[in-house]
Amino acid sequence: MTLFPKDWAQAVNRVTRRSPAWPIYLIGAGWAGWLFWLGLTGGLGPEPINALERRYGEVALQLLVVGLVVTPLRVFTGISLLKFRRALGLTAFFFVLAHFLVWTLLDLSTWSAIGREIIRRPYITIGFAGFVLLIPLAVTSNNASIKRLGAGTWRKLHQLTYPAVLLGAVHYIWLVKGYPLEPFLYAGAIVGLLLLRVRWVRRQNAVA
Amino acid sequence: MVTRWINDLTRDDVTPKGLFMNRRAVLAGLGSIGAASLMAGRADAQALEPNTLEQISTYNNFYEFGWDKTDPAAHAGDMVTSPWSITIDGMVDNPGTFTLADLLDGLSIEERIYRFRCVEAWSMVVPWNGVQLSDVLAKAGVQSSARYVAFETTVQRDVMPGVQRSIIPFPYVEGLRLDEAQHPLTMLATGIYGEPMPNQNGAPIRLVVPWKYGFKSIKSIVKITLTDTQPPTTWNRLNSREYGFYSNVNPEVDHPRWSQGSERKIGGGLFASRQETLMFNGYEEQVAHLYEGMDLREDY
Repeated sequence: MTLFPKDWAQAVNRVTRRSPAWPIYLIGAGWAGWLFWLGLTGGLGPEPINALERRYGEVALQLLVVGLVVTPLRVFTGISLLKFRRALGLTAFFFVLAHFLVWTLLDLSTWSAIGREIIRRPYITIGFAGFVLLIPLAVTSNNASIKRLGAGTWRKLHQLTYPAVLLGAVHYIWLVKGYPLEPFLYAGAIVGLLLLRVRWVRRQNAVA
Repeated sequence: MVTRWINDLTRDDVTPKGLFMNRRAVLAGLGSIGAASLMAGRADAQALEPNTLEQISTYNNFYEFGWDKTDPAAHAGDMVTSPWSITIDGMVDNPGTFTLADLLDGLSIEERIYRFRCVEAWSMVVPWNGVQLSDVLAKAGVQSSARYVAFETTVQRDVMPGVQRSIIPFPYVEGLRLDEAQHPLTMLATGIYGEPMPNQNGAPIRLVVPWKYGFKSIKSIVKITLTDTQPPTTWNRLNSREYGFYSNVNPEVDHPRWSQGSERKIGGGLFASRQETLMFNGYEEQVAHLYEGMDLREDY
């Protein structure tokens, strides 16, 4: 099943095979730092705390969506970005962490409020749950963990990405005032990408 | 008949007056808890230091121009604000459509420095220029049957991207109870810092009700209607559980999704801390009597 000329896909794969994944971490860190710098120097407008919180959250969601695209892209076009997925996932996690830290350290800035807000505000509860789900994934995103857990268990564990991303999408829709388009676009893309997988699982089960 | 608001806040004495007013508000809010040091800290933090014109005019909600805070400044420039006319109708002795000059004729423009508190838990201090709404209403001749005042914003579809992608039912509408509208704090503002009102802030004339959340202070008004029934208001229509008709600033009644107990004043940078939100946004002494006997949890 290819919607894409096979030799094109192979050409792309030849390039990606030679490209290292580590620049993704570097670009991610640079981007996070640049946004922070903009916040410090007025580049994010007169309310930089909220702006920085939003930007980190959005980048995290974008990277998680890209992570979800890797498999369908391979299935439909033959282009494999598999070797970048760990870097994409970990960088997404770091942006979620940065988002969380801006919220706790800059936005709330009182420790007692953190627990209370997580419990009392459903959209925060949901966002926090997504963050917590990502922690074991970040911790086990290394070859040693795959070896220790075994490929099957590891893969099963990393299916936690799906509920985590979904929680992120709901968190975004729930927190905005009114009905801006963006959170619904993210949610639509994420639900679409997850539904693809449901179909594959069904088909696999049917074949088996 | 019309009471005058004695404008005792000028730019020269904002800080001491702010300290003074806040101390009283803090005392009222905290009851007997208040440690002197805490109160001093809070009062200092909330001194009525006006925001810069740049801050006031680059961080706005004006949904006719888009959902982002930067959209109004980016897109409102094309809004036509001159000539401008306002229709006053309903239960008034002198209904009609007036030019801005006619509407303001005989009234003197005053400067008033007010706190401005958004329902999204941020705040500013704005030196408005304008007239007291009660004076305009007196000119129109409010009939004794009137109970409410309804307001409507202009719709200029061609230059309003938010109206073209309309999810909110425009025109934006707001309303006040008549006694709120006639309260001496309530004003129709035509400028900021002595400059004409920036389009993104609601040029050429907008409502300012400093003890209510910002969305009550409707922008770019083209119609004022006196009525005996409570008028619909846009955010209440969109989500009545979250946005009530009154929408008085109240730190004790949280928005269903977030706390209203504190706010962050715009302009403090990346390390700005939150400050306590004051009952009725610090105007408790002036307006609390309007709501005597009402359950403000019920009538949020």
